[in-house]
Amino acid sequence: MSIKDQVIAIIAGQAMLEPSDIKMDHTLEDVGIDSLGLVESIFAIEETFDITVPFNANDPQAGDFDISSVAAIIKAVEQLKAEQAG
Amino acid sequence: MNRVVITGAGTINSLGADVPATYEAMREGRCGIGQLEIADVDRLSIQIGGQIKGYDEAAHFNRQQISLYDRFTQFTLLAARQAIGQSGLTFSGALADHSGVVLGTSGGGLNTQDENYRAVYEAGKNRVHPFIVPKLMNNAAASHVSMEWNLRGPSFTVATACASSNHAMGQAFNMVRCGMAKVMVTGGSEAMLCFGGIKAWEGLRVMSKDACRPFSATRNGMVQGEGAGVFVFEDYAHAKARGADILCEVIGFAMSSDASDIVTPSKQGAARAIAGAIKDAGLDSAEVGYINAHGTGTAANDKTECAAVADVFGAHADKLMMSSTKSMHGHLIGGTGAVELLACIMALRDGVVAPTIGYEEPDPECALDVVPNVARDAKVDVALSNAFAFGGLNAVIALRKH
Repeated sequence: MSIKDQVIAIIAGQAMLEPSDIKMDHTLEDVGIDSLGLVESIFAIEETFDITVPFNANDPQAGDFDISSVAAIIKAVEQLKAEQAG
Repeated sequence: MNRVVITGAGTINSLGADVPATYEAMREGRCGIGQLEIADVDRLSIQIGGQIKGYDEAAHFNRQQISLYDRFTQFTLLAARQAIGQSGLTFSGALADHSGVVLGTSGGGLNTQDENYRAVYEAGKNRVHPFIVPKLMNNAAASHVSMEWNLRGPSFTVATACASSNHAMGQAFNMVRCGMAKVMVTGGSEAMLCFGGIKAWEGLRVMSKDACRPFSATRNGMVQGEGAGVFVFEDYAHAKARGADILCEVIGFAMSSDASDIVTPSKQGAARAIAGAIKDAGLDSAEVGYINAHGTGTAANDKTECAAVADVFGAHADKLMMSSTKSMHGHLIGGTGAVELLACIMALRDGVVAPTIGYEEPDPECALDVVPNVARDAKVDVALSNAFAFGGLNAVIALRKH
């Protein structure tokens, strides 16, 4: 499975939706993921990709990890994986 | 002072997944203690417990709930659902603001701690699930009950080891009695049957390897159990006005501290709590027909408890019945008083006194009517429930037939 599909699967699982219901321009709020769900999603991303996501729940907008949309999250994960490989 | 009645009861324990099933098991003198089914049981020298077998959390809760509900919280919510359902109450407006929840537990989310210590120490993981703290905290169960049923008044958790539930129910009783709350959801829960939870108790060398036989000369220690008991304590006038089915009345409560030893029980401390509850209820001691004993099955507790009862009741001690249902459901530690209150309600309401099973041989130091092995039909008007905790903290509650 590609990074994109895996991230979508994580978000869909958290939102209790089908992966096909998740659109790239959706925000987490759009799919009903609250602050606790966001923290759990970050944890699932870290576990799945064996990466450390720079995320502080005190200030979700800060840091380099862009969570503004599904597409942004996928891009951020791809970048972290690329850095890890490099 | 307001009168206080119980209008709902719920439970899950090794004898049954609800109150009727538990009553039936108690009537039949059935034993819920058996071989433990947990990880690494082969490394334990104590391998029995009153475990809830065949429990499937996914049958009751969704994935997100499970990520937040430790086993002790799950048990609490299942018992609370039954109790509040039976009461017929819904909480909104002023009633919600004047209703709360106070629960007892000793270990709180001990399974969550056990699992995650394994993950970081044994498996060497460096990343843990984000909800461990809200899952393991001792007040998680009380908080989830408050959220689920919109209880917006006084709510907290009591941790006094083996007396936690009785202390919690005593607080709930006094809060309704003094008018601080109209309705209090109360009781307690424990889920300590994990490797670490049993290993710690093993260390004390007070556990039995084969059975819990309270008051029997052949007793050789206590056996742990798990589960929850939850009740709805309600202002009598409020319950009457809405035509609620009243299970019994709560008439007295007392607590005392031994102030002597961290584990060895004290006859004086226990006697002061029992006498205190009788006085608080305005009873003549001869009115007490049944006592649900603390009755752990240890050498020390059982003889001390019998001596305390003999001191408080004098000649009447030989007339009343005192049984320990721990012989059937095990010792639920912080949840035990709540499940044991059910035996008191059954005695008052159904006229059936639960037995002390596993009783083999009389002990001259426990020479009371302990209702050995077989339940008994008897008219009981007033019942007491004893709890004497490690740390010397004692709590006794008094109930009357309604």
